[in-house]
Amino acid sequence: MNDILFKNARLIDPVTLTDESGSIAVKNGKISAVYRGNEADNVTATEVIDCGGMCLAPGIVDMGVKVCEPGERHKESYRSAGRAAAAGGVTTIVTRPDTSQPIDNPETLEFVARRAQQDCKVNVLHMAALTKGRAGGEMTEIGFLLDGGAVAFTDVDNVTTDTKVLTRALTYARSLGALVVGHPQEPVLSKGAAVTSGKFASLRGLPAVSPMAERMGLDRDISLLEMTGARYHADQITTARALPALERAKRNGLDITAGVSIHHLTLNEFDVADYRTFFKLTPPLRSEDDRQAVIDAVDSGLIDIICSMHSPQDEESKRLPFEDAASGAVGLETLLPAALRLYHNEQLTLPKLFRALSLNPARRLGLDCGRLLEGAPADLVLFDPDAPFILDRANLKSKSKNTPFDGARMQGTVAGTWVAGRRIVEE
Amino acid sequence: MTFNAAHLLGIEHLHPTEITTLLDLADTYANDNRAGIAHKDVLAGLTQVNMFFENSTRTQSSFELAGKRLGADVMNMSMATSSVKKGETLIDTALTLNAMHPDLLVVRHGSSGAVDLLAQKVNCAVLNAGDGRHEHPTQALLDALTIRRAKGRLHRLNIAICGDIAHSRVARSNILLLGKMENRIRLIAPPTLMPSGVQEFGVEVYDDMREGLKDVDVVMMLRLQKERMDGGFIPSEREYFHRFGLDAEKFAYAKEDAIVMHPGPMNRGVEIDGTIADDINHSVIQTQVEMGVAVRMAAMDLLARNLRARRAAEQQDTMV
Repeated sequence: MNDILFKNARLIDPVTLTDESGSIAVKNGKISAVYRGNEADNVTATEVIDCGGMCLAPGIVDMGVKVCEPGERHKESYRSAGRAAAAGGVTTIVTRPDTSQPIDNPETLEFVARRAQQDCKVNVLHMAALTKGRAGGEMTEIGFLLDGGAVAFTDVDNVTTDTKVLTRALTYARSLGALVVGHPQEPVLSKGAAVTSGKFASLRGLPAVSPMAERMGLDRDISLLEMTGARYHADQITTARALPALERAKRNGLDITAGVSIHHLTLNEFDVADYRTFFKLTPPLRSEDDRQAVIDAVDSGLIDIICSMHSPQDEESKRLPFEDAASGAVGLETLLPAALRLYHNEQLTLPKLFRALSLNPARRLGLDCGRLLEGAPADLVLFDPDAPFILDRANLKSKSKNTPFDGARMQGTVAGTWVAGRRIVEE
Repeated sequence: MTFNAAHLLGIEHLHPTEITTLLDLADTYANDNRAGIAHKDVLAGLTQVNMFFENSTRTQSSFELAGKRLGADVMNMSMATSSVKKGETLIDTALTLNAMHPDLLVVRHGSSGAVDLLAQKVNCAVLNAGDGRHEHPTQALLDALTIRRAKGRLHRLNIAICGDIAHSRVARSNILLLGKMENRIRLIAPPTLMPSGVQEFGVEVYDDMREGLKDVDVVMMLRLQKERMDGGFIPSEREYFHRFGLDAEKFAYAKEDAIVMHPGPMNRGVEIDGTIADDINHSVIQTQVEMGVAVRMAAMDLLARNLRARRAAEQQDTMV
């Protein structure tokens, strides 16, 4: 007999790109059957959940979450990140190594893996640094780190200017089949920038970077991929001008994928308004034209992955003049409702959203979740895409409350999150 | 009288009628200053604190003098040597200061938006004396008053702003103010010193002095802000002076009765030739300094009236 039967659900299937009613049976932590329409009427299970027509989708795989252990647990711990993830329908967190003590050696990786195991009820995977101290000088022990469970290697937003080091690291990673995650922003041009250059930046008198820095960074990385044949993922592509280069690289058969943060899909440079530091991000928010182009690229599949770029910052590091304030926003809990804005605006269908939120990141990392298929892990999110609410940052589960959506009207609430067939409930 | 603002943080949020109100009042103060008529009662009993996180001589003394002429108790806090150096954040400094109950707070800070941030945390009237590359509203107002007195009007003038526009808060505030008053603004600078997206500001952009200065009524020169530059924006000062420095030859392209302005401090021989700066027939640079005191008196006067009205209303509320 099945353990759970989700009946009367709207199944969001990112593999077939379908959105139709049906049921899902779960057994031993895996999806045991997918039924279309009323096929499940005679199926029995220990627990039957009537979804009441709400959406059931594969849980989100969020690639690029910062959990602040070790070093700054007051900003975000594995416990609080896990709660935030569950509240936001995220069933797999892929952490970044840009902690105050970088995850650049097997011992630190083992520590965070243990902390995640103890405190987190959702799946946690870890990325490790590509170079020691994320300093761009010497490559890390990529082999040992792979053995320790690292799923990808990245220096996050520390972009090295030393292409020789990067070439060697990419070549070495290639030999081990390791995935390298790059941050395609030309580092010298981007130095010190707080916003994207243009009228708004000039009016506010803030140090700015041309959106061209992104294409320059991407062009460089693509050239190195042609040299080395490494597996590569661009963490955030946020400008229209970078898209043709990405398209060409894919067409030429390079092993390249690209992501974008939910903030760059739903906000633009004007949201900074009167120096609101919660809107200070890396890379900075872009023009509306760029935002629209990037949404189209997600729709066409040119951009593969949507992530939250969850970056907890405490009040002290944000309550500073804009130039001096820390960069980044929390996003685990707002990723889904913010993404649903694109659905409500009729710019992306739900299956395409979940292709970018769940299926593609799972595929890129070689995971078998992210799909509504028999045999796949029962990592599921049940949500009402229409339920309206006003976000109050005080109610966030994250320890840090630096969300750009405070007070925003949003639609889409999570009714339940299941990881390997177990519902995540707050203790 | 129309002037409703609680703070003077920038020109951006001022309405043209507010600008006119302020300039009218400043005009009378300017005349009274010349005539030696004192107004010690206007800010009597109020405390004015000057907080300069960046060094300043002329702006700080101008604010100090303006406050003293109106009878305020003026305190200068030299922030360059204070607890900021010991790692205190701007917010904490603001809260500490706020606990001392100042009435008028004059702030200069090196970061754009810092004065806005501070204004959110204190319950007195805040005057922006320059924040980063953002705004310097009293400078734009004193420039406007100088132009109005020299030209008899503050609209439909051809005004050229020349030099280091990218790093200049003075330029931003002036572009906003002169635009609101419906003047034709030309910006003249080498492209490296022109801010991005500047074409969308409703201005004409030139990289040739002679072309840009043709038939203008007002020439505003800006200081080359060497301290804000983090790399080579110009090849050398002598080439800059040759191409963009205001000398008699280039100034001849402007209207015959054109005036020359400079916010100071001047780099003679870099952006302006000494003889032009000292030419009493055209240069109004000393008038600008004089108008600075009058404009700051008017600004503090108006803000103090609003502050007193607000406090009276609050008192009424608590009594009910």
